[in-house]
Amino acid sequence: MSADTGTTTASGRASTRRPAARGVRSLYAGNARSVVVRGLVATRSTNWIVVLTGVVEPVFYLLSLGVGLGSYITGVTDPQGNPITYAAFIAPALLAVSAMNGAVYDSTWNVFFKMHFGKLYQGMLATSLGPLDIALGEILLALLRGGVYGTIFLVVMTALGLNLSWTAVLALPALLLIAFGFASLGMAVTSYMKTFQHMDWIQFAMLPMFLLSATFYPLSVYPEPIQWFIQAMPLWHGVELIRSLTTGAIGPMLLVHVLYYAVMIAVGMIFTTRRLRALFLD
Amino acid sequence: MSAVVPSVEQVSDPVIHAAGLRKVYGDTVAVGGIDFDVAPGESFGLLGPNGAGKSTTMRMVGAVSTRSDGELSILGLDPDASGPEIRAQLGVVPQQDNLDMELQARENLLVYGRYFGLPRRTIAQRADELLAFAQLEDKAKAKVDDLSGGMKRRLTIARALINDPRILLLDEPTTGLDPQARHILWDRLFRLKEQGTTLVLTTHYMDEAEQLCDRLVVVDKGEIMAEGSPAALIREHSTREVLEVRFGSDRNAEAARRIGAIAGLGGDRIEELPDRVLVYADNGEHALAAVVDSGLEPITSLVRRSSLEDVFLRLTGRSLIE
Amino acid sequence: MSTTPSSTPSAAPAARSAPTPAELTDAARRSRALGPIFVAEHQLRTMSKFRWTMIATAIGTPLLYLFAFGVGLATLITGNVGPGGANGEVSYLEFVAPALLVTAATLVATEEFTFGVLLGLKWNPTWIGMNASPLTGAQIVTGHFLFIAVRMVITVSIYYVVILLFGAMPSPLGILLIPVGLLAGFAWTFIAAYSATIREDKGQFAVLQRVVILPLTLFSGTVFPLAQLPWFLQPLGWASPLWHASELGRQFAYGPTEPFWLTLVHVVYLLALAAGGWMLCQRIVKRRLDK
Repeated sequence: MSADTGTTTASGRASTRRPAARGVRSLYAGNARSVVVRGLVATRSTNWIVVLTGVVEPVFYLLSLGVGLGSYITGVTDPQGNPITYAAFIAPALLAVSAMNGAVYDSTWNVFFKMHFGKLYQGMLATSLGPLDIALGEILLALLRGGVYGTIFLVVMTALGLNLSWTAVLALPALLLIAFGFASLGMAVTSYMKTFQHMDWIQFAMLPMFLLSATFYPLSVYPEPIQWFIQAMPLWHGVELIRSLTTGAIGPMLLVHVLYYAVMIAVGMIFTTRRLRALFLD
Repeated sequence: MSAVVPSVEQVSDPVIHAAGLRKVYGDTVAVGGIDFDVAPGESFGLLGPNGAGKSTTMRMVGAVSTRSDGELSILGLDPDASGPEIRAQLGVVPQQDNLDMELQARENLLVYGRYFGLPRRTIAQRADELLAFAQLEDKAKAKVDDLSGGMKRRLTIARALINDPRILLLDEPTTGLDPQARHILWDRLFRLKEQGTTLVLTTHYMDEAEQLCDRLVVVDKGEIMAEGSPAALIREHSTREVLEVRFGSDRNAEAARRIGAIAGLGGDRIEELPDRVLVYADNGEHALAAVVDSGLEPITSLVRRSSLEDVFLRLTGRSLIE
Repeated sequence: MSTTPSSTPSAAPAARSAPTPAELTDAARRSRALGPIFVAEHQLRTMSKFRWTMIATAIGTPLLYLFAFGVGLATLITGNVGPGGANGEVSYLEFVAPALLVTAATLVATEEFTFGVLLGLKWNPTWIGMNASPLTGAQIVTGHFLFIAVRMVITVSIYYVVILLFGAMPSPLGILLIPVGLLAGFAWTFIAAYSATIREDKGQFAVLQRVVILPLTLFSGTVFPLAQLPWFLQPLGWASPLWHASELGRQFAYGPTEPFWLTLVHVVYLLALAAGGWMLCQRIVKRRLDK
């Protein structure tokens, strides 16, 4: 399909395409932007209440757990061992979790629904867009949304005095990095999904990460082997990364976290590209 | 028309009786007071374009839509009071399939049979027979999601027969199917008809109505325009033959006017459509000769027998499929 | 004139003899009496397609939650979690376990009351097919609820066993958490009634989840006592079925910790919500199917 659509692109590039170049060219028309634009247009026509209410979700969590539960809890510290309040401990974790949830939702449920029910992608693929344009576009759209939510949440955190250092500003790009990582992985996984019930497995895989990744209490409560296991999970790196930035506990571990996500993004994108080629081209 | 088709009361009590049947949604009149009877074993059709009120009528007959006004009885029962009793005697093939996509073909029949309170053993045996009838034996274990459109339709018909219904209601049974799938479906429905099942179907395909219906009503905008057997309707509302002539889209209007002026064709009807001119005549070849003699030169010409499409055009001034 | 084709009514092939009124009544009798059971049977068969997902989730979820809250978070809890019962001091794990169980029932219920309802009415409209059989709209709703009850009993029973394994259920009366879980789930039937009114999916479920279900879940005295919340958030807990169900569950798990009249209020409130939503949902579905 895309070999034909390639020749119809405005850029004459496609006409000189060699068989070897078919790999990415036929998947990617360099036009992810139009997918984002379509997504934004669709967002405009849909319910703004849905978008607005997305903001309140982590705030509710913060109020309930940070304030309610926090009144019970003492002895939590930032990643470098300085004592902090429970609200300041949990807020960055909630931010990382919401980045994960948003990115996973957008790249799994949302993409799955469009792929199987909306038939939206078939329509897009009939134009000059390649599957990779669509995949990137969806991810960028998800990041845009995540960025807006994250900014608002960071403002709420500042208002509540939960940002302990100026480095909290860097939590926003960190948030986008985390979301990108989960979205590219989520997209790769979704391309293998056949029914709704497979989606339940994704939820099921996310639950232990959500509960155990030093989100609600420090890793030190676990025996060593469990600690190692959790430190291999992506969410733990996300939580630690953001927590370090909002509490100002800057150290070399930050580089490890960032590197983890860089690898995750690369692996996710490679898989997604391969799968999309298998699904739509071969 | 009663000279040709005996009124059903003379034969036996109708299984469906509707008089002044109306359905109103807010300010919109979907069905505007229609009368019809269906005799046992009869194959009865509602022919009309989309939005004519056929599906609404079917839902009222299916005892799932409460009528706004008028009389309606099915097997002597009032749907307002005896909905479940009526539906226990019906098989329904809706316009939109509503099979359970997550279940296999055979499982769909099994769960549906249970709704009627039938014993499991009876259902299992009937399910196998019906899968054979629907030519789906080798798809028994296939997930519905994986069946083709025609197969889903046949499965829906098999499902509708699981309770051995006295009346089978089919709403646009072949819409959206390819020609081959339609013919397979017609063949199955024809067998049911031969076995004495009362069929009530809606369609906007005249060929379907001609194939399957003993008698039909032509419906438009919630009203019945005519009633009779396909042959009688054609006899009554059209000529024996139709001459179709094409002059090119910009010349059709002028040609139609000139044909209308030809002596000898008087009394016959002429319809000007965007792409062709229809000349209604008892002898199409004679009409064509008259047209050519008058100096007109059609690009193409075709003589055919009148169809229900012509009846509909006559009655409403519009085509069935728009 | 040509002869009439042999398909006029008078020449129709042997039609069946007309049914007697008794035959007609008889044919629908079982459907009238047992309709909801037939509906639940269908749903259970569909669910059995996903039994492995369900079983894994039903076992894995309580394990994870009890571990995370009862074992992990409990190490940080320094305050008192409220009045203990007859057995004296209540551990955090014992405090949180009944609440986690009723929350699990709530999750099953709210999923089925939203996606389950709209699936049957719109996305894969099997309910329309059911309604074309002798089943009525009210029976379909009741049948769907019956199916949800089975799902909840499975989920909640597994949860109960896991709680026992964690040694977090001091009283033998704790077995009553299973009916309490059911009650907790069914207290959300108004959600089902709302879902049945949705024609176009415009993200209403996301809004419902965030604006109604989430606050009623977070501010409901599940993982910490309601009294810990600022005063202005406490009324949310009083309105929440989850608070009533959690407190009710605690009375059986290690109670009594509250006056008897309050326990009675929990039961009456939950029953009233369940019955009200159930009746409203029946009415809405009946009207929606009758179009």
